[in-house]
Amino acid sequence: MTVMNMVQAINLALKEEMERDKNVVVLGEDVGMDGGVFRVTEGLFERFGKTRMIDTPLAESSIVGVAIGMAMNGLRPVAEVQFMGFIYPAFNQIVSHAARMRNRSRGSLSVPLVIRTPYGAGVKALEHHSESTEAVFCHIPGLKVVVPSTPLEAKGLLKSAIRDPDPVIFLEPTRSYRLLKEEVPEGEYLVPLGVARKVTEGKDVTIVGWGGMMPLIQTAVENLEKKGISPEVLDMRTLSPMDYPSIIASVKKTGRAVVVHEAPKNCGLGGEIAARIGEKALLSLQAPVERVTAPDITVPLPKGESYYYISPDRIQRAVKRVLSF
Amino acid sequence: MLTDDFDPLKGKMFQVLDKDGNVNKGLEPKIESDKLIAAYKTMVLTRIADEKAVRLQRQGRLGAYPPSRGQEASQVGPALALDKEDWVVWAFRELGALLHRGVPLWKLFLYWMGNEEGSKFDGNVHITPSAVPVGSQVPHASGIAYAARYKDERSVVLCYFGDGGTSEGDFHEGLNFAGVFKLPVVFLCQNNQYAISVPRRQQTAAPTIAQKAVAYGFPGIQVDGNDVLALYVAAKEAVERARKGEGPTLIESFTYRMGDHTTSDDATRYRKTEEIAYWTERDPIPRFKKYLMAKRLWDENKEKGWQEEATRSVEEDVKRAESHKPPTLADVFAFTFAQMPDDLKEQLETLRKDLEGPKEG
Repeated sequence: MTVMNMVQAINLALKEEMERDKNVVVLGEDVGMDGGVFRVTEGLFERFGKTRMIDTPLAESSIVGVAIGMAMNGLRPVAEVQFMGFIYPAFNQIVSHAARMRNRSRGSLSVPLVIRTPYGAGVKALEHHSESTEAVFCHIPGLKVVVPSTPLEAKGLLKSAIRDPDPVIFLEPTRSYRLLKEEVPEGEYLVPLGVARKVTEGKDVTIVGWGGMMPLIQTAVENLEKKGISPEVLDMRTLSPMDYPSIIASVKKTGRAVVVHEAPKNCGLGGEIAARIGEKALLSLQAPVERVTAPDITVPLPKGESYYYISPDRIQRAVKRVLSF
Repeated sequence: MLTDDFDPLKGKMFQVLDKDGNVNKGLEPKIESDKLIAAYKTMVLTRIADEKAVRLQRQGRLGAYPPSRGQEASQVGPALALDKEDWVVWAFRELGALLHRGVPLWKLFLYWMGNEEGSKFDGNVHITPSAVPVGSQVPHASGIAYAARYKDERSVVLCYFGDGGTSEGDFHEGLNFAGVFKLPVVFLCQNNQYAISVPRRQQTAAPTIAQKAVAYGFPGIQVDGNDVLALYVAAKEAVERARKGEGPTLIESFTYRMGDHTTSDDATRYRKTEEIAYWTERDPIPRFKKYLMAKRLWDENKEKGWQEEATRSVEEDVKRAESHKPPTLADVFAFTFAQMPDDLKEQLETLRKDLEGPKEG
């Protein structure tokens, strides 16, 4: 066991998976010699060489498109897109090919590909460096979307994603990269995809979140508990396919739900989760499902970011509203 | 090297057979007679199958279909240069190449009739499914080639796309990547002069597509796309270079789409009959036939025999495709993921109940 941050945990997962399976290769901009702009791949170039740690030309569509070809021909590529805001040139490759190759070829070809990309606001970044458009990818059949929230989770989820036979969009919360450290075991530590994690057991309200929202939810929960409120917290971990049964089971117990995401409200996953709760737990609900989300505006530049970014305070208010409905 | 002798920047186009089938002896490749005859047979079969597909579409038995007529040499010629373990990455107008590679025709009919099973190529055939989003298959070729080299395999990737595809970003990105990593890919542009209605000159201001290779740091050559021998020779050299680790080549096959873009298109809206007449004189099939007859490898008797045999076998393939059972409801769900997620299973069962339950009236 070593205490490490998320960057180190992802690095460890990559290193172990590359040692385990020689067909795992990493490709992207600056992932090789430079060790990645966030240093996620530091040391891997020296260890695995340039044919497995591939510094690509600066072109996202071909990073993903080439990785699709590699995957169809037996490799297990892990492609890095430097920021989620730069993934859009690769969107056609992801949607038109990665997501549907298995279906189009009736299983004779598949794309076991992981696309890692840092996402999310709260780090006072440049334009296009704060995107959180996970819902766009969750809408696409054939893709899995995974978002770790802690170093331990990141290690276990990434290892599972690399071993998964289907394409996985792996969103790394930029804000959490170095925010917290925890003990992360070496070797076989796997977190299954598609299964939510109950972070806190509670009885009054279910708070649903993922990725970079989890530390904020944690702060809100500590404040709420001091006031005698007992929230149950779910970290969804995989956004597609989503573990709806865990949400439904929790809401049936608590009767109330607050969904927290930093993505904009309209067509965000909060809407889908609320609808699923309505379908399966309507009669357990004591209040309408609350959504704590960003507004439907472009992520502001750093001077305006504080208006946009979710605060524990907004989460606490939402909890209060569902409790007093 | 051929690509030096026929420099696209100097306006050179490589040709072995002239439009009347006369061979340039100095450039004539040594190909075994069986292989020449097999290539010709595939080209004739391609035309018969293609015409059949168009008729089936008109009869409502097959969906929208992109005819290959006129491009048989452009499709078959490059594929002749491949070995068994090589890959073919294609767009959607490569019927001849696929037939040459041994894809059963009934599978291709099945695909155009609207069944994904038509894109399931059994065995280790090394062929991707079609790529309808134009140009998007080009980076795949580079990735497949990277993986082949990584695994120490000797495979080369032959990647087809059209003149319209060269305007897409993925064309640039795929060729650029292959150039940087010196990958074993032969990029084959079937320049059939039109992207639906838009003529070649409106895709690029460059005088040739072949010259674009220069910017990617590897050779390019423009080849008479209705001359199956020239395409074979150019592809052979490119394949050998690729296999030796000398990197990619861009071949522009200068051909002509004699039919409509697809059966939904009407090419008379944007091109003149004189143009069709010009290209009819350059039809790749009679040209190759004259060459084979001059070599005494073919005659009118054999022609008649093969026309009949090919027509018969095409009819068999139509029957087989039409009698193939349609997918079940479960089939259309089954290949979204390797393992169906619970939520999708639930959606399948809900839909099944809706579809199988009593009608609301």
